[in-house]
Amino acid sequence: MHPTIDQKALTRQLATAERRNKIKAFLLVLPLLLFVLASFIVPIGSLVWQGGYSDTFANALPETSKLLAAWDAKSPVSEELVKSFVTELKASKLKDPATPTRVATVVNRELSGSVSKFKQVMNASDLASPYKEKLTALNGEWEKPDLWRAMKIVSPSFTPRFYLQAVDLRLTAEGDVKPEGDENAIHLLLFGRTLMVAALVTFFCALLGFPIAYLLAHAETKTSNMLLIIVLLPFWTSLLVRTTAWIALLQQNGVVNDFLVAIGLIDNDHRLVMMYNMFATLVAMTHVLLPFMILPMFSVMKTIKPNLVRAALSLGATPWTAFWKVYFPQTIPGLGAGCLLVFILAVGYYITPALVGGQSGQLISNIIAFHMQKTLNWSLASAIATLLLIGVLLLYWLYNRLVGIDKMKLA
Amino acid sequence: MGGNTVGVHAFRNVPSMKLGSAEMKNWNGKLMLLGAMGTLAMSVAAAEAAQLTVISWGGAYTKSQTEAYQKPWMAKTGNTIVSADYNGGLAEVKAQVESKNVTWDVVDVETSEAISGCNDGLFEKIDASKLPKGDNGASPMDDFVPGAITDCAISTIAYANVFGYDSTKFSGDKPTKVADFFDLKKFPGKRGLKKEAKVNLEMALMADGVPAADVYKVLATKEGVDRAFKKLETIKGSIVWWEAGAQPPQLLASGEVTMTTAYNGRLFTPAVTENKPFVIVWDGQQQVFDTWAIPKGSKNKDLALDFIAFSTSTKPLADQARYIPYGPARKSSAPLVGKFQDDKTDMAPNMPTNPANMTNAIVQDVKFWADHYDELNERFVSWIGK
Repeated sequence: MHPTIDQKALTRQLATAERRNKIKAFLLVLPLLLFVLASFIVPIGSLVWQGGYSDTFANALPETSKLLAAWDAKSPVSEELVKSFVTELKASKLKDPATPTRVATVVNRELSGSVSKFKQVMNASDLASPYKEKLTALNGEWEKPDLWRAMKIVSPSFTPRFYLQAVDLRLTAEGDVKPEGDENAIHLLLFGRTLMVAALVTFFCALLGFPIAYLLAHAETKTSNMLLIIVLLPFWTSLLVRTTAWIALLQQNGVVNDFLVAIGLIDNDHRLVMMYNMFATLVAMTHVLLPFMILPMFSVMKTIKPNLVRAALSLGATPWTAFWKVYFPQTIPGLGAGCLLVFILAVGYYITPALVGGQSGQLISNIIAFHMQKTLNWSLASAIATLLLIGVLLLYWLYNRLVGIDKMKLA
Repeated sequence: MGGNTVGVHAFRNVPSMKLGSAEMKNWNGKLMLLGAMGTLAMSVAAAEAAQLTVISWGGAYTKSQTEAYQKPWMAKTGNTIVSADYNGGLAEVKAQVESKNVTWDVVDVETSEAISGCNDGLFEKIDASKLPKGDNGASPMDDFVPGAITDCAISTIAYANVFGYDSTKFSGDKPTKVADFFDLKKFPGKRGLKKEAKVNLEMALMADGVPAADVYKVLATKEGVDRAFKKLETIKGSIVWWEAGAQPPQLLASGEVTMTTAYNGRLFTPAVTENKPFVIVWDGQQQVFDTWAIPKGSKNKDLALDFIAFSTSTKPLADQARYIPYGPARKSSAPLVGKFQDDKTDMAPNMPTNPANMTNAIVQDVKFWADHYDELNERFVSWIGK
């Protein structure tokens, strides 16, 4: 009897077979894995990276960066530093003629007016030893520490300054952190407003979506199919069209106001202001996001057995108790999934609020778009976007702790 | 069960569509389309006449360019032009240049963006001295109006940021001065303003009594900036923000605002062709050049230069004024400006450069904005957010 040998052979065979299966399975998911890698992990990784890394300055002026790092930001700048700055700035032009102004743009974000001072240096032909004197003769500003301090802030490639700026803090030349001035502090306010708008929209979607989902789930198949198509119809219309439709409805001379005036409910001179304010934002966003609430709730309600409510009623529960104690708890997975979806989508919204929200339509995503498109400060845009992502992940984690993600039913 | 299947199906499809946000998707789509067009252009170029991709602002403006520049150039050279629209800003150009996949050959940008893009190395340098002479024999450096030529871009036209009103909304006095825009008592109603620091801050200072010549001197000081924001604050609650040039005439037409800032051509066209009661106030107008620039690394650089040289020559610039009331950037074009395409309306009085319209006017100071754009916009964005 050699059971052990047989067993070993068997185990080996089994392992081979299992490995083969595993490889097959892996090959099957490989396209998905590559897709996720290319479309999520790499872009998000580069987003996080760009928020903390900016090497324009250090690349163009490597020696100056080192000297700036060693400088204490208070004492007068050394001749060595000035010389290295002038020569490196002039030399950087040879590689790419746009480099000096690109560096100036980066410094300009810390200190307004730097662009023209850099240009003066680039245009001056007689800058030689003693550099410090010559530079001061060119423009008195170079004697003051401000420009050098600004350069010291932007010189390191790895920097927390974008992340700090994203939460209304500023990095000083000494490496301290101080709060942003009142005039420019805006990000925290907008993070707050964004979360509030998202929460309100989620609440209204749940409030409106619940009865609709209930109706869909409990009506006859023929009727519910019809209703479902109506719910899905907006999906087949462009988001911009839906948003613009709300403008046509809600504006001063819009359909709603015209109707109210026509039936004499309001006076022609006192038309309701329903456009370009928070009201419009909430209405339009709730409308656009409502299907994301209805569908998961609908699919969950569909699976709830009607017998349970009937049993509760037959045991003497009032309709309300039967609903609240028996029916409602079973809808939680759908409600939770809907809320999570709507909330996460609402946090990233910006076209709808920008178009209909007026003053209050400025949300954090608008700022991200602003820095992407207008100021081209992609590092700051990345930093804000990363913080927004972290916020959403935190909420997701919180949701998982409270409701449990395994209980969530999307459809 | 049938309903459920529909739900599941549709639901699974939708999140991926929505998560990127429609605009992003639109943008990517445009880029992809342009990329495809660019590739197509290259493969075609080898075989026959070349193809140039020209990007502009759309609407009546692109139409005026197509009629005055593109069509004659295509007829002359036998090459083709693919036109596409964008909404300004340098983001797309930056994305193309940094990914070294440049599919745009010529872009219509405002001077300030042409300069900051040039600073950032996004545009090719253009040697303006090689441009054709004016029809009157003037050298290009003399023929273009001051400020029209920059390192990387050649101006085609000057447009004006003006404000206009709906004349049916005010029965008595009509607005005539830039200060009237800020007078909510005398001229009640909402105000449309572009969601950007540029133009608004200058306008606020002029309305507050700063002479046109001193606007940028004042705006360069902290007190001046505070003063501009303080003036804007007086109407903050009545402002409706717009972003695309097509919005202001819509806001006026729908009665949502009684006065709005706008590009002068956008108010002119509906007033003339659709008889809308829009009136332009030229007091405090701010002129800006629109320029042609070539994104760095364009595969058709020589062809793009040829197109720019052609379209900024005397006659095409004058021809454009037939379709839109924007002032030609060459002095030699001005005498050739005639009537609007309806052959009735004289264009000269509707031009920003018309002397009668220039009594209180400024030309946007691009050097000022290159230095202060980031700082003032940051403050502006946080101001409107509060």
